[in-house]
Amino acid sequence: MKIKWLRPLLFAVLLLLTLWLLQRLTMPKYIHENEEGVLAAEYYDNAGDNDILFIGDCEVYSNFSPITLWKDYGITSVIRGTPQQMIWQSYYMLEDTLRYETPKVVVFNVYSMCYDKSESEAYNRLALDGLRWSKVKADAVRASMEGKETFASYLFPLLRFHSRWKELEKDDFTYLFRSEQLSHNGYVMRVDTKPVTTLPQPIPLADYRYSDTCWGWLDKIRDCCKEHGISLILIKSPSCYPTWYDEWDAQIADYAAANDLTYINFLAHQEETGIDYTTDTYDAGQHLNLSGAEKASAWFGKILAEQPGVLDRRSDDQIASRWQEKILFYEQMKASQEKQLEETGAVTSYR
Amino acid sequence: MSFVSFTFWGFLLLLLLLYYLLPKRFQWKLLLIGSLIFYAFAGPKYLIYIVITILSTWGAGVLMQKHYDAQDAYLKANKTALSRDEKKAYKAAVAKKARLILTGCLLLNLGILAVIKYSNFFLENVSALFHADLGRTSFLLPLGISFFMFQSLGYAIDVYRRKYPAEKNLAKSALFTSFFPQVIQGPISRYDQLSQTLYAEHAFEIQNIKDGLWRITWGYFKKLVIADRLAPAVTALTKSAGEYPGVYVVATIIFYALQIYGDFTGGIDITIGVARLFGIEVTENFNRPFFSKNIADYWRRWHITMGSWFRDYLFYPVSLSKGVQKLSKWCKAHIGENFGKKLPLYISTIVVWLATGLWHGAAWHFIVWGMVNCVILLISQEMTQLYQKFHERFAFSNTKYWEWFMIVRTFFMMGMIRVLDVYQSGALTAKMLFSIFTTPNWGALFDRSFLSLGLSGADYLVVFFGTLVIWIVALIKGRKPVLSWLEERPAGLRYLLFGLLVVSILLFGAYGIGYDASQFIYNQF
Repeated sequence: MKIKWLRPLLFAVLLLLTLWLLQRLTMPKYIHENEEGVLAAEYYDNAGDNDILFIGDCEVYSNFSPITLWKDYGITSVIRGTPQQMIWQSYYMLEDTLRYETPKVVVFNVYSMCYDKSESEAYNRLALDGLRWSKVKADAVRASMEGKETFASYLFPLLRFHSRWKELEKDDFTYLFRSEQLSHNGYVMRVDTKPVTTLPQPIPLADYRYSDTCWGWLDKIRDCCKEHGISLILIKSPSCYPTWYDEWDAQIADYAAANDLTYINFLAHQEETGIDYTTDTYDAGQHLNLSGAEKASAWFGKILAEQPGVLDRRSDDQIASRWQEKILFYEQMKASQEKQLEETGAVTSYR
Repeated sequence: MSFVSFTFWGFLLLLLLLYYLLPKRFQWKLLLIGSLIFYAFAGPKYLIYIVITILSTWGAGVLMQKHYDAQDAYLKANKTALSRDEKKAYKAAVAKKARLILTGCLLLNLGILAVIKYSNFFLENVSALFHADLGRTSFLLPLGISFFMFQSLGYAIDVYRRKYPAEKNLAKSALFTSFFPQVIQGPISRYDQLSQTLYAEHAFEIQNIKDGLWRITWGYFKKLVIADRLAPAVTALTKSAGEYPGVYVVATIIFYALQIYGDFTGGIDITIGVARLFGIEVTENFNRPFFSKNIADYWRRWHITMGSWFRDYLFYPVSLSKGVQKLSKWCKAHIGENFGKKLPLYISTIVVWLATGLWHGAAWHFIVWGMVNCVILLISQEMTQLYQKFHERFAFSNTKYWEWFMIVRTFFMMGMIRVLDVYQSGALTAKMLFSIFTTPNWGALFDRSFLSLGLSGADYLVVFFGTLVIWIVALIKGRKPVLSWLEERPAGLRYLLFGLLVVSILLFGAYGIGYDASQFIYNQF
């Protein structure tokens, strides 16, 4: 009896192992291309004792530096942002975070309120593939899938990425079992500058009202924070393009007022933050560079430090020593990018 | 619910689990429920068509059987009282009633098929003929209608012919028509064969699971690794056919042959494998068709169940019909003995191939396709004696090399006929085939032009090695059934081969986002 089942069992184990290896091999590594693909997974290395959680799209992971918040205020923070992150993905990022820690403050960038359905499968992948499996991830996948996407392909990404066997590169083998850190607690650094010269003329919209779907997700974020005793701050991050319409701003302001939430439109605080769009953006106003992110964070830190439960943790040796390592990495990346900039006139690699 | 979907696999696993967990007497009932759910996935409204076929063929069968039973009882009771002529007259009267019932059943079903499948074709042609606009109907063709309807009509005809008694149980009859693995693309089973295992109680046997999984996996390999990978190239080559003459036409012939082979035989492999998981034997539909030595041989090996259906239910009835026999007699007397003798063959061959063409679709190119097959078959038939003389005279024509030449020749001949499917026009097909000689364009083979057909070099390699594997398996199949061959191999090798097959499908299969060829070609017929 034992022998009878041993062979099929061994075969099944070997087959699954092979498929798992092939899955690892074919999944994109996001090392030299679409680097932001590693962000979702990097959170788990930084989880544990963060008082502030930023959720949102590229406007959070490019525009705020947790290192500055630490250095200036002793605030521990982490960003859970991925490219074109939808509001429901932000909600599930919050839910997922709560499995590991309970922050005191959640900062949600409201720009994604203007999207009520997934923009593309590629963005879904960047946001979801890196999440650890749990019911939260399953729900996030179900909420995000569009077109021909299948749940099974998230469960077994080999089903999605199998055709990459044709385009395997050295990175796919080098990073088969490891990755290279990109972010600084979720912040993606860029030191180069591309100033805002002229902003494209805003395109008038037929309807400025946010959809019920998005309001529903915002309510869920609000309720989740309330349930866990977390202060929710709504922000419009300091990106001056794509256009942030006054009509959108008014709706968010009304919502915040009606729900007793803080709402900060960074675009209205340019003078206080000191952000200069001729020097503090790397892509003509869409995202801030390091200088801009540090300015935005330094100003925002004052507000965050005043939130209930947010402490200056620099006196905690254990936490301080961990952040010291983060600072070191931050400085190394900064130096590396500045060197690239000096030598080639452009930042060609984050690291 | 496509075979190439996770929904199908979820459905299959659940059904399989219940099948072996429930008391055995419920097995066939469960299969019926599962089959109807499976079919309803295509759209619950389509159930109406299959329900009509089920009810009408079952009803016709039961009614005919009632008359036959009454006839038997009457004749038995009056065995001595009736004269031979009286018996004959009584039988003729009963046969007339049965014929009437069968005709009603055929008219109802074929009428529905004609309306939903052929009305637009009819309207288009009448409109064109009279320069009028008769509009179009908007019937959506229910999946597999040509398969399940022909299977059921075959049953009704067999009951009429008293080949076997009618199935009195409506639910059993419904399962015969709707059995889910084969309802969409066949094979077109015969009631006396399928019913033996379909309604039987099946204990869980690991061998059935093993054999079924092998067959299913092999089917997916052919479908996903070969057929669906080639699909973009075939589409590119035929969508703007004018841009791809000469050597591209040769490529179209080869690619489409491989695509449809992988697609259809792969689908049937999955069907047979899935049925086997339930302990049910479904008849084979192919016998190494690309090893055929001539067109007639090919049609004995390709889509066997369709060919035999047309042979039994159309060819023989037409050739033996009173009208044709009368005509044959007249021709024997007035035109010539030989011609008159062969006339039934000619007429029934033409009718069968016209029907076969129309069975494949409501379009002129399908009719042309059928007629080309018909003409070649009739010419071959007429040249039989010449072939014999040729083989007697030339020794080389009896060698293995000549055999291979015939195989390759038949492959290309069938390929040239088959591309009518994809060029979708007789004139265009002829023009493209001529371009092989007028604008051969051989340079395209060497200037990377083939890389712009939606396939990369790596894709071509996959197709090449995949085809090689299929060819090797076909060679093995020529000696003995592949599953028996596998059973004789060491267990380690069997596991290795199965593992390689699974890995190849998952890695090299053309499925998921970026591929949209998961629909089986024969689902459309």
